[in-house]
Amino acid sequence: MSIGLPDVLGAVMLGALGIYAVTAGADFGGGVWALLATGPRRSKQHDVIESALAPVWEANHVWLIFVVVVLFSAFPRAWSAICVLLYVPLSLVLLGIVSRGAGFVFLQYGYGSRAARTQWGRMFSAASVFTPFFLGTSLAALSGAELDVSRGEPLEASTAWLRPFALLCGAFVTTLFCFLAAVYLAVEARADGELKRDFRNRAVYAGIILGVLSVAVRLSARNGTFERMLFSSWWSHAVQWGVAASAIATLTALWLHRLRIARVFAIVQTCGIVLGWGLAQYPHIILPGLTLQQAAAPDIVLVWILISVLAGTVFLVPALIFLLRIFKAHRSDAAAADGQTQHALS
Amino acid sequence: MTLDPAILARSQMAMSLAFHIIFASVGVAMPVLMVAAEFMWRRTGEKVYLDLAKRWAKGTAVLFAIGAVSGTVLSFELGLLFPVFMKHAGALIGLPFSLEGFAFFTEAIFLGIYLYGWSRVSPRVHIISGVIVAASGAASALFVTFVNAWMNAPSGFVMREDEVVAIDALAALKTPYALHELPHTLLASYMATGLAVAGIHAFGLLRPGNHDFHRRALTLALAMVIPCALVQPLIGHFAGQQVAQYQPAKLAATEALMHTQTRAPLELGPLKIEGGLSFMAFNDWNAKVIGLSDFPPADRPSYIVRIAFLTMVGLGTLAACYALWAAWLFRKRQWQTHRPFLLATLAAAPAGFIALEAGWVVTEVGRQPWVIYNVLRTANAITPVPALGARLAVFALVYLSLGVTVAVIITRHVRLTLSPTRAP
Repeated sequence: MSIGLPDVLGAVMLGALGIYAVTAGADFGGGVWALLATGPRRSKQHDVIESALAPVWEANHVWLIFVVVVLFSAFPRAWSAICVLLYVPLSLVLLGIVSRGAGFVFLQYGYGSRAARTQWGRMFSAASVFTPFFLGTSLAALSGAELDVSRGEPLEASTAWLRPFALLCGAFVTTLFCFLAAVYLAVEARADGELKRDFRNRAVYAGIILGVLSVAVRLSARNGTFERMLFSSWWSHAVQWGVAASAIATLTALWLHRLRIARVFAIVQTCGIVLGWGLAQYPHIILPGLTLQQAAAPDIVLVWILISVLAGTVFLVPALIFLLRIFKAHRSDAAAADGQTQHALS
Repeated sequence: MTLDPAILARSQMAMSLAFHIIFASVGVAMPVLMVAAEFMWRRTGEKVYLDLAKRWAKGTAVLFAIGAVSGTVLSFELGLLFPVFMKHAGALIGLPFSLEGFAFFTEAIFLGIYLYGWSRVSPRVHIISGVIVAASGAASALFVTFVNAWMNAPSGFVMREDEVVAIDALAALKTPYALHELPHTLLASYMATGLAVAGIHAFGLLRPGNHDFHRRALTLALAMVIPCALVQPLIGHFAGQQVAQYQPAKLAATEALMHTQTRAPLELGPLKIEGGLSFMAFNDWNAKVIGLSDFPPADRPSYIVRIAFLTMVGLGTLAACYALWAAWLFRKRQWQTHRPFLLATLAAAPAGFIALEAGWVVTEVGRQPWVIYNVLRTANAITPVPALGARLAVFALVYLSLGVTVAVIITRHVRLTLSPTRAP
């Protein structure tokens, strides 16, 4: 089997999905932690979350649009089928995206009373819980072996996203994002030792729940091809052990308060999970009925999409690195600058 | 009673677009004003320009965020509501959509740097970031309008037995409608936003208090509105000629022309110019203009197109006259004090957005009953999924509450801006 253009674009989508998970995923997780903020440092926790998200969440969000655009331009048949089959969960995801974004920006710029701000905060947080959940159930449904599109186009919405496997995947994705967010926030709490400890503890709890959920997902996986691919391919061991090892490394680093190292391993772990899902799907876009090859637009279209992706990347990657360096790099004057940023906003 | 699913799907799409287009336009135009104010501050050193840049940036931040999320809804909804359309068109509109994605990405990155980087990057980097935001905002508007141009005048493929074949992604970009839709949309965004901003600051100038701030704001806003409002009627005229050539049914609907005739008249209220319509459409007083009765009833666009067209053209004409007046007062250096002009500016605040929405109705309702003009009917493109009504109701409720909230927040922001005692 030779690698063709559809495979390359499939890899591009998977890569973008991975970046979405480690960037925007953590923004969703931040929203969940805002909901779960407790203890004497409750308002400080809110502050860290807000200032961590504010400059980057919109850019991070664009990765999802990127995935969708490549999906519908390069694989129009697949997108058309997905839109019918997963009409309900995708509509819920959209509702979540709108509520999350609007809730956050109202929280930031709302000028409101404390009560109004609490209300926007709740909207932002609630949407941060259910958006990744339904995104997870949708992706799981694509692997669930129930969306059979081999006998022509689907004529009704599917309920595959309501199966235990899909629901557990939804919970897994939400927890994964919480875990990532807690690790990042522990780093971004900067000089505040107690706040660091708050988020570090949250990361440990989330990591443990994630471990339990991954076992549950494994046990509920009853979908032939996907399961066989995930656990009995030539790459299975490498990916499985890679993810497991980075999970253990993240938890160990957290335990030892080596937060920056924990952040690196948490990213590796998340990318490993996305990679494993993608490889198990391959060469299908919807299991079992539709492969990348079958769903692909003509080569001439794929070539131009690939060219525009490459050209865009040449410009975007430096810009993104620039953005992250400005707002996420560790600098001694960062705390002072933060104060000024807050001032500029108020 | 069951509603026609096609009507429900179209209503949902129309609602999402009508909502999004306002925020998208602001996201395109506000950065221009914001960066112009910062530029003036760096050049003149007058702090009032810095206040202006920061206040405008803050308004931009809220409205851009709503534009970003409502735009995401649209990119999914094309498929969720019209999966058959996406199956046929996905490959053809994919290229402009990907380019739009990159432009939007750029805008989001540099807006983050602009809004939160005042103290973190050098002045030069900051202002360049602002320029990139404005440029990529314009680019994303142009790319996404390409998609609409293609739906009205599709190119780059052959239709064979209900399947799209011989797809050529580059030829799809050669849709003739890009020539008028792109500039028309971009200028409309600048005009609508500029008029709204000018109206707010005219209100400030009409009230007692310190006027330094509002004077400068009004000047910058007018500098954006005047050239756009003067060029827009020319592009509109060109648009009409393009429509006459490629979409005769839409032209007939906008002009309410029932019967095909040569030397078709142009009716302006009581005034009737013989052959005027023929001349406007084809540069020939004797040209034949096709009337609605030449099309089967099912293929005639709704009368709403006529109402929307009159609204757009009427407001566009008023805007051009207003721009001439403004330019004249500019020369006499009276534009900041002339009371009738300030009152007119205040009254004109919503006009740009009304014209923008009306123009959108002309393009979109005028294209019906087709989703891809003369290729795919809207009714054949919709999703088989039931209960579209429930989804429409939920999203209507969400958009309504978002709209009200944004209005409250922006009103409060404007009120703070207007009160002379409050420091920024």
